[in-house]
Amino acid sequence: MTDVQTTTRKDWMSDQEVRWCPGCGDYSILAAVQFLLPELGVKRENTVFVSGIGCAARFPYYMNTYGMHSIHGRAPAIATGLALSNPDLDVWVIGGDGDMLSIGGNHLIHAMRRNVRVKILLFNNMIYGLTKGQYSPTSEVGKVTKSSPFGSLDRPFDPVSLALGAEAGFVARTHDMDRKHMMATFRRAWEHDGSALVEIFQNCNVFNDGAWGDLTKKANRANMLIELKHGEPIRFGANDEFGVVIDCDGARVAEVAEVGLDAIAVHDEKAEDPSVAFMLSRLALTPHQPTPIGVFRAADRPEYSQATNQQLLDAQAKLGGGDLAALLRSGGTWTVEG
Amino acid sequence: MTQTETRQHPVEELDEVVIRFAGDSGDGMQLTGDRFTSASAVMGNDLSTLPEFPAEIRAPAGTIAGVSVFQVRISDFDISTPGDAPDVLVAMNPAALKSQLPRVVQGGIIIINTDAFNDRNLEKAGYESNPLEDGTLEGYRVYPVPMTDLTRRSTEHLGVKPRDAERSKNFFALGVVSWMFTRPVEPTIDWIHQKFAGKELVIAANEAAFKAGYNYGETAEIFEAHYEIKSAHMPPGEYTNVNGNTALSWGIVATGGLAKLPVFLGSYPITPASDILHELSRRKNFGIRTFQAEDEIAACGAALGAAYGGNLAYTTTSGPGLALKTETIGLAVSLEVPLVIVDVQRGGPSTGLPTKPEAADLLMAMYGRNSESPIPIVAAKSPSDCFFAAIEAARIALKYRTPVMLLSDGFLANSSEPWLLPDVDSLPDISVEKATQPNGMDEDGNPVFLPYLRDPETLARPWAVPGTPGLEHRVGGLEKEDPTGNVSYDPANHAHMIELRAAKVAGIAKDIPEVEVHGNPDADLLVLGWGSTWGAIDAAAHRAADRGMDVAYAHLTHLNPFPSNLGEVLSRYDRILVPEMNCGQLSRLVRAEYLVDAQSLSKMNGVPFTSGEILAAIAEQLGA
Repeated sequence: MTDVQTTTRKDWMSDQEVRWCPGCGDYSILAAVQFLLPELGVKRENTVFVSGIGCAARFPYYMNTYGMHSIHGRAPAIATGLALSNPDLDVWVIGGDGDMLSIGGNHLIHAMRRNVRVKILLFNNMIYGLTKGQYSPTSEVGKVTKSSPFGSLDRPFDPVSLALGAEAGFVARTHDMDRKHMMATFRRAWEHDGSALVEIFQNCNVFNDGAWGDLTKKANRANMLIELKHGEPIRFGANDEFGVVIDCDGARVAEVAEVGLDAIAVHDEKAEDPSVAFMLSRLALTPHQPTPIGVFRAADRPEYSQATNQQLLDAQAKLGGGDLAALLRSGGTWTVEG
Repeated sequence: MTQTETRQHPVEELDEVVIRFAGDSGDGMQLTGDRFTSASAVMGNDLSTLPEFPAEIRAPAGTIAGVSVFQVRISDFDISTPGDAPDVLVAMNPAALKSQLPRVVQGGIIIINTDAFNDRNLEKAGYESNPLEDGTLEGYRVYPVPMTDLTRRSTEHLGVKPRDAERSKNFFALGVVSWMFTRPVEPTIDWIHQKFAGKELVIAANEAAFKAGYNYGETAEIFEAHYEIKSAHMPPGEYTNVNGNTALSWGIVATGGLAKLPVFLGSYPITPASDILHELSRRKNFGIRTFQAEDEIAACGAALGAAYGGNLAYTTTSGPGLALKTETIGLAVSLEVPLVIVDVQRGGPSTGLPTKPEAADLLMAMYGRNSESPIPIVAAKSPSDCFFAAIEAARIALKYRTPVMLLSDGFLANSSEPWLLPDVDSLPDISVEKATQPNGMDEDGNPVFLPYLRDPETLARPWAVPGTPGLEHRVGGLEKEDPTGNVSYDPANHAHMIELRAAKVAGIAKDIPEVEVHGNPDADLLVLGWGSTWGAIDAAAHRAADRGMDVAYAHLTHLNPFPSNLGEVLSRYDRILVPEMNCGQLSRLVRAEYLVDAQSLSKMNGVPFTSGEILAAIAEQLGA
């Protein structure tokens, strides 16, 4: 694996049989990653996939790289330690909405705020799949499942809002029906110097089939998915007839003809203040309204593992390399004569 | 000092003295005790210390709950405990007197700050009448000193405000006690200048108060005598005074060099383990990465991630934090990566007694994970032994690719003793080889990497870290096929893997020292200890021998696996006594393992064993 420029998808596929349910959205996400990595020119030995528990968390077994299928919710924490131990690694974290937002919510937000070089792919299918169909932290209020036969009472998280609130430097969204968009979005995450969260709308065809259909079906996309492009007015619709207006009441959809192009917000993913990105994340609070996808935020900030290493280098420059014998004497000594 | 030439007081020689400094938690008693200890160390005394402080940073002033205590024992002979009962009590307020008086030996010396004995403080301490006047202190040698007032007056000329001046009264007390026990003054004055560098007024006030206290002892005609404790006959060499948390931290620092690996610490603040995080965070020039995680789970997870990435990884905590780490430790058992978990045990259950020691996490260390998840356990026996215990834990973790539990406790953590510094070049090489090459062939004869193909001797699997070309593989918490590491639900494979993991840990018994028997090996009674009870057991056994009682004693550093000769040793004794700061956890383990009638001597009040308590139990066992 020395000539890394010439790998193909096949080089990144492990010999393990992929065991997701036939028709699961995870297959297309796996394919998008396996197609992307050869394009990035990265090395298999320097690539690690770390996952928690859940259907999505089986992902590392299918990648011919280093990989760890860890414990429920803890992948961001484990990945943080791994990234700190070797800054040359590309560390990817894979998890579902239950793994990342419920049991692992604490680790997720702290991985975000630290801006450590881990790339988190959050497969959001709004349901617990591996445990066979309970409501998740992204399920809508009133969701009827095995554990909520009278409807879920829990208000859902919006993962993008959560990540922005957690001081994330990079937040994006894509969906499992569009490989090209996934690859472009994952590439942007990889390019970002620090933690990156990509929410992927993913279909669970067994326990929550079609939950994203209003947005992701080909026929609906033009009118329901709002593609964010840095520096461009936020417009959508078959003829770009709609746009997003942002004012102090938040973001809302408007007809361009009605409000005029000047009133349509221009997307700035690099804005230091995440407030506008947050408003965009609140534009649709159900999967039945026009919803922004793409890169919400890509702000530059110091990367954590490099900053950690810099502190070590600075300490060594200032104090010299460690001298154990001197350290043991640093509290003062006395000598007992023989 | 100004008047040394006019000294009139006789000097009495003592073999040893136990002094207890007690005051409000804002009175600086830990600092005072610590300074007295350092001055004694410089004089070549053997010493042992025991700090006790409330869990609250500032408990209500003047109350019993807010009393902070530092006990130090200094001697001219080799000692291993901070002493049973204090000979001298310095009581800075009524609450300190009230809470500590029952411990003082009959006829002991009590030095009292009388200025604190006003109605309000007496009431807060629960005194109905003033103990200085009502006969409470009869039978003690009481020295009432208006310390607050004298401190104020000694600092007046410096322009220190009276309220600020009061804060120096612990230095006045230190001065009095330093005179009483003929401690040198220069090291403390030097220390004041260093410690408060840049705060000239504070330096001046503390120095003035300290000198005033010393001169007060010299000139006020209330003390009959002062005392000298000659240097102890300690083995020659260079010593430092060290507590367990510092020694453990330095042990961790040492392992980086000994293993030729970068050290990673994932930790979350918790009493009484936080000082290890603090100390290691200062050692970045040794290449040590410290990571203060969002919680105990993440601290252990990050350490596991760093271990998987090829670092020598540690996580440090205390009981409640260990409870949170157990799932991650189970993953480390399954992944078979080296990881050291440090548990500085404290009183429980739950939050329990954060600042008080207990050693009741042994069974949790042994069994506190789901299913069959054996891990080696190493326990330190004294403050300085924490250094070597850390090295031993890392050695086992690296060689056998396993999580290792390193047990300390709140007593060892904060207690200090002189440490004959080791020659750093004599420390063991604990480095291991990482995997660099495929270690098997597939059906077509192509080289493959088998992540669970074990070393036949140690049963350790290869440590193949990300970044190594050609060894890409997947691991996880699901059961793995031997030796491919692929997910396997095969029943026979699972049974086989359970056995392999157990055999690997059990096999470490071949690689650790046999347990040594001290005292009279032919005695009928064996006292078996582990952890911080060593000092009290050792002292009790000596005292028993002095009284003509035959007693053997042995101490365990390795609690899983046990030393290979332990069963044979236990079988030689009619009686086995196991003193523990728990309700009989080691005694239960040895009873289960060796079918011996080990009797538990349990102590669970948040205070370490005294040698007297163990001596009494020995006497009872022997019918003496």
